Amino acid sequence: MWIADVEFLEALVAGLRQRGFRVVAPVERDDAIVYDEIRSAQELPRGVGDEQGPGRYRLVERGDSARFGFSVGPHTWKRFLFPARTTLFSATLEDEQLRFEPAVLPEQRYAFLGVRACELRAIALQDRVLIGSGHADAHYAALRAAAFLIAVQCGQAASTCFCASAGDGPRATDGFDLALTELLDAGEPRYLVEVGTDRGREVLESLPHADASEADRGAARAASEAAARQMRELPAESLHGVLASVREHARWDDVAERCLGCGNCTLVCPTCFCSKIEDSSELSAKRAERVRSWDSCFSFEYSHLHGGDVRTSTRSRYRQWLTHKLDTWHDQFGSSGCVGCGRCIAWCPVGIDLTEEVRVLCDKDAAAAAPVEGDV
Amino acid sequence: MSSTTATNSPTTVREPMLPSTYRVLRREQETADTVTLTLERDGEALAAACEPGQFNMLYAFGVGEVPISVSAASDVGEPLVHTIRSVGKTSAALARLKPGQSLGVRGPFGNVWPLDDYEGHDIVVIAGGIGLAPLRPVVRRVLERRASFGHLVVLYGARHPSELLYLEELERWRASPDTTLGITVDRTTGVEWMGPVGIVPRLLARARFDPIETGLFLCGPEVMIEPCVREALTRKLPLEQVHVSLERNMHCAIGLCGHCQFGPHFICRDGPVFAYPDVESLLRVREL
Repeated sequence: MWIADVEFLEALVAGLRQRGFRVVAPVERDDAIVYDEIRSAQELPRGVGDEQGPGRYRLVERGDSARFGFSVGPHTWKRFLFPARTTLFSATLEDEQLRFEPAVLPEQRYAFLGVRACELRAIALQDRVLIGSGHADAHYAALRAAAFLIAVQCGQAASTCFCASAGDGPRATDGFDLALTELLDAGEPRYLVEVGTDRGREVLESLPHADASEADRGAARAASEAAARQMRELPAESLHGVLASVREHARWDDVAERCLGCGNCTLVCPTCFCSKIEDSSELSAKRAERVRSWDSCFSFEYSHLHGGDVRTSTRSRYRQWLTHKLDTWHDQFGSSGCVGCGRCIAWCPVGIDLTEEVRVLCDKDAAAAAPVEGDV
Repeated sequence: MSSTTATNSPTTVREPMLPSTYRVLRREQETADTVTLTLERDGEALAAACEPGQFNMLYAFGVGEVPISVSAASDVGEPLVHTIRSVGKTSAALARLKPGQSLGVRGPFGNVWPLDDYEGHDIVVIAGGIGLAPLRPVVRRVLERRASFGHLVVLYGARHPSELLYLEELERWRASPDTTLGITVDRTTGVEWMGPVGIVPRLLARARFDPIETGLFLCGPEVMIEPCVREALTRKLPLEQVHVSLERNMHCAIGLCGHCQFGPHFICRDGPVFAYPDVESLLRVREL
């Protein structure tokens, strides 16, 4: 492990840009921390923290100079690796000659600065779905292969975080090229640096750094211990077979009374991968295009069949989302689809708390009791 | 990790979402809203083989793409055969195609009816409505390899006599050796109909087959499945010998879009044909 001063960030951004990467990092915009391209480490938030709760997200002044003093916001890295809209092909029809032209694969090389442990896990889950389960998605695979990942170890948890129970958080141990732990002494922060790959090592070696002392390592461990103190949890890391066994639980009716069916949870979720295909043609009717865009299992059209929509009730749509995420994902991809980032809790407009729904659904005593009143 | 995970070659991975160009060779009007299209591949490349039970994604230029089962098996290089009922804008556009016109095809996808597991056994085929299309290749294969199977029972229900598919072929099946054909309709408004009126399971109650050595293949509206299975149970047919083809909304056909999930299953990838015990409890859940 190595230690670096705050100037390391500027050198890191510049070095990555020199290597042809577009550096994407957290920035403050519209009263939230979002991910966007930066040209300088000066653009990172400074002394900004957040307060999160069910249906609640606020930025706060921390009173220090932390560059990464917040938890995850509404954006996920999915918006870069699996963009909300991707053109797959164009087609032309002239003189009864139908021709298909595949879209050019993306050539962007992204460097993500500030990837949290839950987000690394989410990227690994999307890799499993979009690359590793039979048919790979060429667009995702191209962007993913080029991406350089710089993790930032969490030094605090939002009240919505539950990565410690959902996965193996809060400390990232692999899946990154470099990992930083922000050490907040008086004045400017310093960074403990871990190397995950050879190309991470190559980048580090070109930047100013020194060997980390035992005191620095201890400070990094203490930061992770602070981040591990989380208010929320899932009853077990694996709920495989559990939610599928309570498909007629009264709690689904209860949550349907509160759920607006807006699909926010699926849009902020870093692992939701559902997409739809839309074909359209130009007015000339000679050229057509196929676009793939994000879809949500909360939309009616999602389950449309010629006989009508299959999931007409909010109850059935919420049940599909939660059961898939935590239970049947195991059948399909060998693990849970939830990383415990808590975005679906914070960004639910009515504050539905996944961990609370799961707690009730898995509570064998409550299963026999009358429906629980909503707790919004 | 980032550099080692995503090593798949883009040239091989993009193909599943890119259609190939096919051309309508023949168009047969089956009923007022249903046609059978025979499709040949444009250019040098050979059409892929399609097995009974599989489906292709058919793309109507600029309109959309829908999953359609093959209504005849085809070898490599042979034309594809699809029976299409016009129920939405894409299927309507496909059903309007005339000989010589082009469309896109991706596939074939999905698994096959496990007919080979039932050599020497009786075969019961139960179809409702357009559900006969994916089962026609099963019937054809049994008749082609007649000595390999026992008695063949084909039970077919339609809403109205005017909606019956493959009329001439049905008559050939009826005249085939060791074959029983039962056809029932829901109503007979405006036509003379000498056959049974009512639901398909009633035909099953009277059908001749050896329950222990029978493979039952079923495709039709989901409401048809449970009564048929109940009748099969009455006849002591082991349920693992019942195979059903299921349908859900489908966009990608390669297990990536999420739409066709049925509990743990992706119907495009794990189905569309399922052994009944694998989906029995799921079929009981409303709005799954």
